[in-house]
Amino acid sequence: ITSHHITDSKPQDIMKWNGWGYSDSRFLFNKKGQGEFTGKRYRLSGMILPSLKDWFEATFGTSLQHKTPATPTLNVSAVPPPNLVEPFVEELKVAGVAASHDPEGRVFRSHGHCLHEIFALREGRIGRVPDLVVWPNCHNDVVKIVELACKYNVCLMPYGGGTSVSSALECPLEETRSVVSLDTSQMNRILWIDEKNLTVHVEAGIIGQDLERQLNESGYCTGHEPDSMEFSSLGGWVATRASGMKKNIYGNIEDLVVHIKMVTPRGVIEKSCQGPRMSTGPDIHHFIMGSEGTLGVVTEVTMKIRPLPEYQKYGSIVFPNFQQGVSCLREVARQRCAPASIRLMDNEQFQFGHALKPQVSSIFTSFLDGLKKFYITKFKGFEPHHLCVATLLFEGDREKVLQHEKQVYDIAAKFGGLAAGEDNGQRGYMLTFVIAYLRDLGMDYYVIGESFETSVPWDRVLDLCRNVKERIVRECKERGVQFPPFSTCRVTQTYDAGACVYFYFAFNYRGLADPLHVYERVEHEAREEILANGGSLSHHHGVGKLRKEWMREAVSTVGLGMLQSVKEYVDPNNIFGNRNLL
Amino acid sequence: STRRGIATTGRLNPKVNPGLKKRDELEDMLEERRRSSDARHALRCYAPAVYKGLAPREVSALRGAVLQSDALQHVIGQVSAECGERRELVQEEAAHLLDEMAHRLRLGTVRFFAYVLSKVFKTLFRSVRVNEEGVQRLQQAIQDHPVVLLPSHRSYMDFLMMSYILYTYDLALPVIAAGMDFMSMKVVGEMLRMSGAFFIRRSFGGDKLYWAVFSEYVKTMLRTGYAPIEFFLEGTRSRTGKSLTPKTGLLNIVMEPFFKGEVFDIHLVPVSISYDRILEESLYARELLGVPKPKETTSGLLKARQILREDYGVMHVYFGHPVSVRSLAQGRVKRSQYNLVPRHIPQRPCLAAQALVGEAAFRLVRLQEQAMVLRPWTLVATLLLQNPDGMDLPVLEEQAAWLRRLALSFGAFLDWPDCKPCREVVGAGLALHKNLARVSGGRVRLAVAETPGVGQTAEELAFDRAVGVLSCASYRNQILHVFIRPALLSVALRTANSSRKDEVYTCFNFLWTVFSNEFILCPGASVQDFEEACYLLGKCCAVQESQQDIVMSEGGHATLAFLRALLDPFLQGYQVVCQYLCKETEENLRENKFVPAARNFALQLILAGTLKCYEALSSDLQKNALAALVQLEAVTKVKVIPTQKPVHARL
Repeated sequence: ITSHHITDSKPQDIMKWNGWGYSDSRFLFNKKGQGEFTGKRYRLSGMILPSLKDWFEATFGTSLQHKTPATPTLNVSAVPPPNLVEPFVEELKVAGVAASHDPEGRVFRSHGHCLHEIFALREGRIGRVPDLVVWPNCHNDVVKIVELACKYNVCLMPYGGGTSVSSALECPLEETRSVVSLDTSQMNRILWIDEKNLTVHVEAGIIGQDLERQLNESGYCTGHEPDSMEFSSLGGWVATRASGMKKNIYGNIEDLVVHIKMVTPRGVIEKSCQGPRMSTGPDIHHFIMGSEGTLGVVTEVTMKIRPLPEYQKYGSIVFPNFQQGVSCLREVARQRCAPASIRLMDNEQFQFGHALKPQVSSIFTSFLDGLKKFYITKFKGFEPHHLCVATLLFEGDREKVLQHEKQVYDIAAKFGGLAAGEDNGQRGYMLTFVIAYLRDLGMDYYVIGESFETSVPWDRVLDLCRNVKERIVRECKERGVQFPPFSTCRVTQTYDAGACVYFYFAFNYRGLADPLHVYERVEHEAREEILANGGSLSHHHGVGKLRKEWMREAVSTVGLGMLQSVKEYVDPNNIFGNRNLL
Repeated sequence: STRRGIATTGRLNPKVNPGLKKRDELEDMLEERRRSSDARHALRCYAPAVYKGLAPREVSALRGAVLQSDALQHVIGQVSAECGERRELVQEEAAHLLDEMAHRLRLGTVRFFAYVLSKVFKTLFRSVRVNEEGVQRLQQAIQDHPVVLLPSHRSYMDFLMMSYILYTYDLALPVIAAGMDFMSMKVVGEMLRMSGAFFIRRSFGGDKLYWAVFSEYVKTMLRTGYAPIEFFLEGTRSRTGKSLTPKTGLLNIVMEPFFKGEVFDIHLVPVSISYDRILEESLYARELLGVPKPKETTSGLLKARQILREDYGVMHVYFGHPVSVRSLAQGRVKRSQYNLVPRHIPQRPCLAAQALVGEAAFRLVRLQEQAMVLRPWTLVATLLLQNPDGMDLPVLEEQAAWLRRLALSFGAFLDWPDCKPCREVVGAGLALHKNLARVSGGRVRLAVAETPGVGQTAEELAFDRAVGVLSCASYRNQILHVFIRPALLSVALRTANSSRKDEVYTCFNFLWTVFSNEFILCPGASVQDFEEACYLLGKCCAVQESQQDIVMSEGGHATLAFLRALLDPFLQGYQVVCQYLCKETEENLRENKFVPAARNFALQLILAGTLKCYEALSSDLQKNALAALVQLEAVTKVKVIPTQKPVHARL
């Protein structure tokens, strides 16, 4: 083990133990009450956000006087002592696999980023945590670990980037065996690049941003960019059927994967060749993708790569209302001319985006902004409380991008859309990386919230968005939430037959006896509403334990039985016992 | 508690004792009209609050939206394929149907109506009293959700008055589903159209295209929040003063956009409209006796001018709490059943949805009934009908006071002024209805002829008397919903072999089933109704309940006797129908021959002096009795293929 790996195996040193992302990056309100984003990592870092406070107070009815700070440090004595199977630990040591039962490391791997998980940590509440963390270094290490786990009946829970939002990483309360967190972070090497076939063979523990950076150095990319790519791992993408922002060009994980190697209690599963498509019965990759760590550990993956695009261009379009925006996206999808990414924010999110505008550097910019606003609202007659914005990202060779751009803007014009500049577009995408940090700011001031997603046929997009948002508002009211919640959505992906819709939902919980319970009930009802309106249980977050109750309804009893029988064959003793999905 | 009421009424909890229900105050809306200029009222600035999600739409744009809708296009495609007609022709036909149907709401016409109706209503009515809290609730509901207005239907005045009230209170004007019969009144039909009425054919059972045009038209208006939709659950005006068994066709249509997720919720607002005197009073009685309903003609309406000279007392309009369809469907209908078929393709609703709509229809009619303002005269009419030989005025007053207490304890919405002595209240009712009851020599009796007039046959005399009795009965019928459950129990107590609860219930349930077409008894709720009846009779100390038994209390005789007498005309009438069916010798009786024959049979019994119950002549009662017998499988309906006319064969 190199020193480089030791630092990497302790991510808690540079990442928050009870919040999102890097320790040095966070939102705060400074002494003047101005919003600020600390650190140096992001475009927004070190900037003052003058409108954030007003937006925050007006949206949530909060006051900066009322704070709910988090427990500053982890109380190690609150962590339950590990339940270790000594011979298992001994044999691991003999096999040369790194392991630790250090409490901080165990707590760090005991959760994903669901609201209830983070909320509990902020209050210093520690539930069931894994008893041991192991760091395999390669595929063969995993084979050994799984063999030993079977031998000693130890429960294994694979851990990649820890960005789950489906309670997938929570240790099942009913689990009495020793729980071992199998951290894949040390399996992070690119093993080879095949330029003839444009594929790359990677160890599955690699983190998204590292994979892209290293490939970029060779002039390639996978183009797979989920919003969590800073922290999430390749193995995690495979295990949850991840989706990337630029799937319109590169495809989702299922389109990108050529070959998967997974270690299961029955042995290793993989295909014998790397043919681009096969007719060999149901695709066994589809048992693996979305298995959410219930069948084994993905150790190595061959993925498609593409040469880095010559040119990238952001863009944005303002629409008079959400309905027009959706119609435009639908038309873009119909003509199959979607840019690498196209996203449509509703009015609330548009205003939210404005609240995150950094202080403008010159009078000229602010003058220009004023002029734009005047043009859109007064001259074009857009109602400020109805208009909404689409953000775009084009990629490819320069000429084609410009041509493509024109095509999309021409379609937009038919739906009353006005081009609103590159800057707005770029800011929109930057926001997707910092938005997760904002929840921590909210939690400092009695505001809790979460995002969730679905996919839905085109003809139901509008109805679903309206009904789910309204359901959230209504359920909050009925459960005693004093101030109307922030309930907003955006369309983040387009497909031939439908779209992916993302909801953000947050509320001020002052005065509530059990805010988490209220939150969970509202999220539950929102999911019911999604399903009643023809939306799916999940587009890319997965099921985990959070949405398990709807699996039967989602895939039918026979479907569930099929999945169960696979589990029974592959892992009869439930070694991979995270109890997700089924 | 009223605020919470809005949120929870959606569940329509039938267990709530109606007697404890808090009701809103009523204000006279004509008062303002009597003080200020009608012309100014008609021309005033009218800017109602609209649905928050309203997609602004002109009448012509609405037409295009309906004709181009996926749903209608789908059916046009089907029809064109089925009958081999060119698609354009079917499309044209659909456009034609829509034009025949569609309203053309114009503010100018509404203003004209506002002016004329101000004059008319002030002449006809002493006051029109409205619960303004209900109006406010409605105003809020209209902004929050698509709204369906469901008024009770007793008179042509109903929908004119509804629109008039909404205009007066600056609420969004409704579009109203009206029967096609109005269309024959050329000018008036067009006027109504321009004030928001749309016209539907009375029957279009098999006509797929018509159904598609119609339902898409209604749903488009609802989905877009274009205007509140108004229709009559009872389908037609009740000629008897009792609520009619609700029709579910339109209710199905307006609830579907919720089931399919096209709207977040829909609010159904029951509206109870009650009259001191119904304009069509004797007209209805004659219709029930077989004089056909006069065809609606404009000149006929003009002849009705003489109506304007009479005093129709007070009119009451009570806007009930909005009932949320979402709350109704909660846990009952799985909306995801529509996930697998495009929503524009017609899909038969699942059994759960059908059951829900049926149940909702009954409950809504009951809500209408319960908020119907009852005037003291209805109690007087009830007593007079039970005493055909007349009553001494003091006795009548005393009994009316007794009945008032009973009705109130059963939860009746009785408008009996507390401050006035009983004598005055009864007197006022008798004065307003002097055509129906006569006071002479300190004795009150129904105003029916004793001896035949000059040149009048015995039949004509009986007919005359029947008109009087049925007119009077139409007022008694207004309070029946208050007493019906205890009345059924009173009869059951008498007929049951023992006082054991289960035996009494068996009798109750039989009567309940027999009369399920006659009164608003929600399907499947007989146990609930039995419990309610036991509770009410226990409350007024008429019966005593133990674990096993239910018996009359010592002082319960008067109450039980009164309640039995209340049901007596119906029991007798149904018996006459049964006797007739048993005596009828023709093996196959055509349905359209049944009513005249049954009426004639009853008339002969009356002429022979063996039957005193004139209500047995009512065609409404006869039809209900037949329906009950069909339901009980005592009579079967057979379709005769060549003529397509249903025929009854006795078992």
